[in-house]
Amino acid sequence: MSTAVATAPARPRPRPRPRRVRPARVILHGFLIFMVVAWLFPLAWAIFTSLRTYGDTALHGYISWPANGLTLVNYQTFWTQGNVPYYYLNTLVIVIPGVILTLLMASMVAFCCTQFSWRFNLIVLMIFTAGNLLPPQVIIVPLYWMYLHTPIAMLGSIDIGNFSFALFSDNNLLYDQYIGIILIHVVFQTGFATFVLSNYMKTITKEITESALVDGANVLRIWWSVILPLCRPALAAMATLLFTFIYNDFFWALILISHGNKRPITSALNNMQGEFFTNNNLIAAGAMLACIPPIIVYVLLQKQFVAGLTLGSTKG
Amino acid sequence: MTTRTAARAVKTPEAGALVAQRRRRYSLLTRHDKLLLALMVGLPLALDLILVWGPTLASIGLSFTNWDGIGNLTVKNFVGLKNYQFMFTGYTLFWPAFQHNVIWLLWLTFVATPLGILFAVLLDRDIRGSRIYQSVFFLPVVLALVVVGFIWTLQYTPTDGFINNAFGLVKSGNIIDWLGNPRINLYAILVAASWRHIGYVMILYLAGLKSVDPSLREAARVDGATEVQTFFNVVLPVMAPINVVIVVVTAIESLRAFDIAFIINQGKNGLELLSILITNNSISEASLVGFGSAIAVVLLLISLVPIVAFLSRVMRTLA
Repeated sequence: MSTAVATAPARPRPRPRPRRVRPARVILHGFLIFMVVAWLFPLAWAIFTSLRTYGDTALHGYISWPANGLTLVNYQTFWTQGNVPYYYLNTLVIVIPGVILTLLMASMVAFCCTQFSWRFNLIVLMIFTAGNLLPPQVIIVPLYWMYLHTPIAMLGSIDIGNFSFALFSDNNLLYDQYIGIILIHVVFQTGFATFVLSNYMKTITKEITESALVDGANVLRIWWSVILPLCRPALAAMATLLFTFIYNDFFWALILISHGNKRPITSALNNMQGEFFTNNNLIAAGAMLACIPPIIVYVLLQKQFVAGLTLGSTKG
Repeated sequence: MTTRTAARAVKTPEAGALVAQRRRRYSLLTRHDKLLLALMVGLPLALDLILVWGPTLASIGLSFTNWDGIGNLTVKNFVGLKNYQFMFTGYTLFWPAFQHNVIWLLWLTFVATPLGILFAVLLDRDIRGSRIYQSVFFLPVVLALVVVGFIWTLQYTPTDGFINNAFGLVKSGNIIDWLGNPRINLYAILVAASWRHIGYVMILYLAGLKSVDPSLREAARVDGATEVQTFFNVVLPVMAPINVVIVVVTAIESLRAFDIAFIINQGKNGLELLSILITNNSISEASLVGFGSAIAVVLLLISLVPIVAFLSRVMRTLA
């Protein structure tokens, strides 16, 4: 809008004169470019360090031109000795069901609370939203105890190499299980997703649901084949955002999983400190491997990502 | 309109107009539908109550006990306010941790958030490359805080880190231990946390600025206001809803702070935070469930301030 207003009077001019460079603009771009360099530097430095051998940096110092060129050897070491493929797999086993279940649950609640005028709509939405805003540490002590004392069925497992993915539980508990970690992610993130999706669904007129009811559809059918397709943009944005949130989690996995080989990549990094990370070059390679998937998602789906974040805030 | 009349005609042909109008929506739902709806809300709600709100209340209850998490909880475990008394007067880590959370909050509020807003205001104007600048500033937001911590470790480590080497402190022997010195390490990790927070604030604020009616600014300019005056007197007031969101986001972030401090040194030696004290006391080390819960209650009470502020602001529009 603002650009249209600003440029409209300029268009009818017959000959576009060369743009006068205003000093204010130069200073602005100078400042912004300086900031961009400052912003990218820590990341660039991590990449640079990760691509050098320890021998090279030990001999010449970290601030030096790589004598033997750049190499992927740190990544190789980390990839094979650090069991990185399994940690990626652990992450996937947690993130994919986590995102899907969160979206299903949140969209159900948002559908019920925005398409029908119940008396408790507001209080339900408040319970979900407020729950998501709590610091996780407030609930962790009783939650940890619950996870240690909730019986869960053992239903076998899928074995891949040294790693075994339990279908429900391999110790009859929620603690130290994929299902436990998925569950807390789903419940916690449903709060946020419900809030955002309700904001979105509010804009869908109730008459759509009403006329579908008149046509004889039941509510489950309306939710699934009428409302969800209308929410596709919001669902895509939320899926992108939830992927990153769950992928980046550290706290739940740290406390609710005890076996290192069940940890997702972000909290596995913490375990590798000390025993495996013997130098900055390896730390850099590890950090890079952990952040490549979210960066890829961001580069491919930047629009969705930003939309997800702002959907919840601007309409409020 | 047509569907409404149709609905009334189909479902309640003879009912009085008023009653029909009031019951219209409900009359369309069969018992089966109502049951389904109850399940669709009830299942997620039950999970939320059991796994989030139940533990919240349990934390409050446990904070009055000396329970260790093993064996049964009995009346004998009730100790009244003893945990709180010890926390406020005898436990040497509580006030430093509290102070660190306050510093975290003040830093994010008065350093990081204003910078994010500044970026948003600068990039909201019609400048070349705005999208590229935005993408760069936003990039750290997608990174896990753990990864942010590791990336900044590479800057801060005493002999191998970039900063000490770049300023010649390693050569001259004046090494600064950025992460080990308890007087400065909190600020060192706050820089890392801000790297991520600023982009987040910028994106939220940009979305808000886009929704400001451009004619308002136009009017201000016609009246002779400078850009700075326009921002503070025109734009900022109409952005009130987004300002609340940003203040809340900032406050919640500060109270949740955990990851970076934990991976640097498990939250010790200058990096104590309330969130870390809770887990250290009741899960990792001592199994002091009651005492850890008391710290959790303090964190809960502080968190309720931004949470209530957010709900009262935002829920009006959701109704």
